[in-house]
Amino acid sequence: MKNGVIRELFKNRTLLLMFLPVAVLLFLFNYLPLAGLVIAFKDFDFTKGIFGSNWMDPLFDNFDYLFSSDTAFRAVRNTILLNALFITVGLIFEVGFALLLNEIRNKYFKRVSQSLTFLPFFISWIVVGVFAYNLLDFESGAVNHFLTLIGLQPIDFYSEAGLWPIILTIAIRWKVTGYGTIIYLAALTSIDNSYYEAASIDGATRWQQIRYISLPMLRPTIIILTLLAVGRIMNADFGMFYAMVGDASLLFPTTDVIDTFVYRSLRKSGDIGMASAAGFLQSMIAFVLVIASNYAARKIDKDSAIF
Amino acid sequence: MPAKKFSISQSLIILVISLFSLSCLFPFIMVISGSLSTENDIINYGYTLWPKHITFDSYRILFLGSNRIIDAYGISILVTTAGTILSVFVTSMGAYVMARRSFKYRNILSVYVIITMLFNGGLVPWYIICVHYLNLKDSLWALILPMLANAFNMFLIRNFMHSIPEEINESAKMDGAGEFKIFYRLVMPLSLPVLATVGLFVALSYWNDWFLGLMFVDKQELQPLQLLLRTLVSNVEFLKSSSNASAMQRISAQIPSESIKMALTVVTIGPIVFLYPFVQRYFVKGLMVGAVKG
Repeated sequence: MKNGVIRELFKNRTLLLMFLPVAVLLFLFNYLPLAGLVIAFKDFDFTKGIFGSNWMDPLFDNFDYLFSSDTAFRAVRNTILLNALFITVGLIFEVGFALLLNEIRNKYFKRVSQSLTFLPFFISWIVVGVFAYNLLDFESGAVNHFLTLIGLQPIDFYSEAGLWPIILTIAIRWKVTGYGTIIYLAALTSIDNSYYEAASIDGATRWQQIRYISLPMLRPTIIILTLLAVGRIMNADFGMFYAMVGDASLLFPTTDVIDTFVYRSLRKSGDIGMASAAGFLQSMIAFVLVIASNYAARKIDKDSAIF
Repeated sequence: MPAKKFSISQSLIILVISLFSLSCLFPFIMVISGSLSTENDIINYGYTLWPKHITFDSYRILFLGSNRIIDAYGISILVTTAGTILSVFVTSMGAYVMARRSFKYRNILSVYVIITMLFNGGLVPWYIICVHYLNLKDSLWALILPMLANAFNMFLIRNFMHSIPEEINESAKMDGAGEFKIFYRLVMPLSLPVLATVGLFVALSYWNDWFLGLMFVDKQELQPLQLLLRTLVSNVEFLKSSSNASAMQRISAQIPSESIKMALTVVTIGPIVFLYPFVQRYFVKGLMVGAVKG
């Protein structure tokens, strides 16, 4: 039996060799960091490395420190609440926009508007940050120029933390609505036309057709994409937060998320113990959520689950 | 009248879609207009859709004033080219092994890849591994290697390769071709549609990446374009320390900081916006393939 395994591997040695580069890359950049999660229980010393550093004594000291921090709690709360907001609004916009586009009969108009709305997906958050600055800057921002023009007080957006959940939601919608719509639109165009024909013969209005044919047909796609998004609710889009908010600490009460908190602790304050404890919890919760949401997706539609 | 009612809702829908589409275009135009405006106009009238007085000063200063911008452009082009070629080659080669039905242990390899999609060690261990164990700090490889192997792309390619009949391999084998030759000469050309899509995805993410630079590159000469843009946005003063400062002074007594930011933004997104009309449909196609089965 064992000989058989070795013979099979030897026979396919070229194939194994061809797989080697990705295997090594994934090992270095994915598997080693997974093992490196133990750092949360270590008193990290750069000269000794992750695995050579001494264990924390008591073992959970990094976590005690983390749990006593209001900033960490705020980051967890912001991550979950903001992601919940982004997922909900995103769902409404993407499905809604797909339904609207699907109503368009003019092929040319449809194609041009799809191209235009897909375009923002192609630029980085850094550039979106510049765009946002053009609009929101206190002195030369277009929004404030407009506000003063119609006789209102200008707003100092970069010190108004309360407005940022809305601003970030708008930014995300601007950037990825076109992209997110594509999958829903594909699902809509694959619906057999005879359903709609039968419905209109029975006198159903266009609205009724959307309500009783399009939406139910989209249901599996909606549920699965939402479940997979919920599985990632503990992970914030670092790029967006870092590019849009950056070091504007006045905005942190509503915009500091786990990922930016960990980044700051690691790179700015050098507080590796705190950063690794927060990262450890994030990874563990994300792990459970991913498994659970994938399990749920699998129940609904076998082909949509990742595994 | 049902017909009339229908046309009212049609025009309403067209109006909503048009407004949103234009709002997607609007910031791009504003940035271009800002880069061509004089500093005074930006201060007095803010960012507008059309420059009041057109000037190319900011572009001239940008390219004259700093080797760093030329350097950064070079770095970004180099990283994008090398990263894309390497990534497509390495991931498609791995995908080929996973797609090879006659290979008994291919599923074990697939599981090995899937696990990386599900579990994540997070930023801290990843950063320390890269810096402490792999010595990637301030090296060009730091901008390429961490993104090279991508599990999602591997499955995209593998699924495409499944549709290539396995008999091709058998007959090539009869002719004495080895596995690598079969992959390189037969399967790769046949997989061109999916490789083009994946290649575009990868190229886009390399061009737009600044996270790796932010984490690993402190040396100024190695900063990619996107990171330089961020540096410039937060601090335009570094241009003054350039060796060409006197030449810049001749163009404009004061550095037009706002319009220079806009000019660098235009330069950064230029290649993407320029190529967008040609490559857009490949992205859509790739998304559809991914949506059918990820």
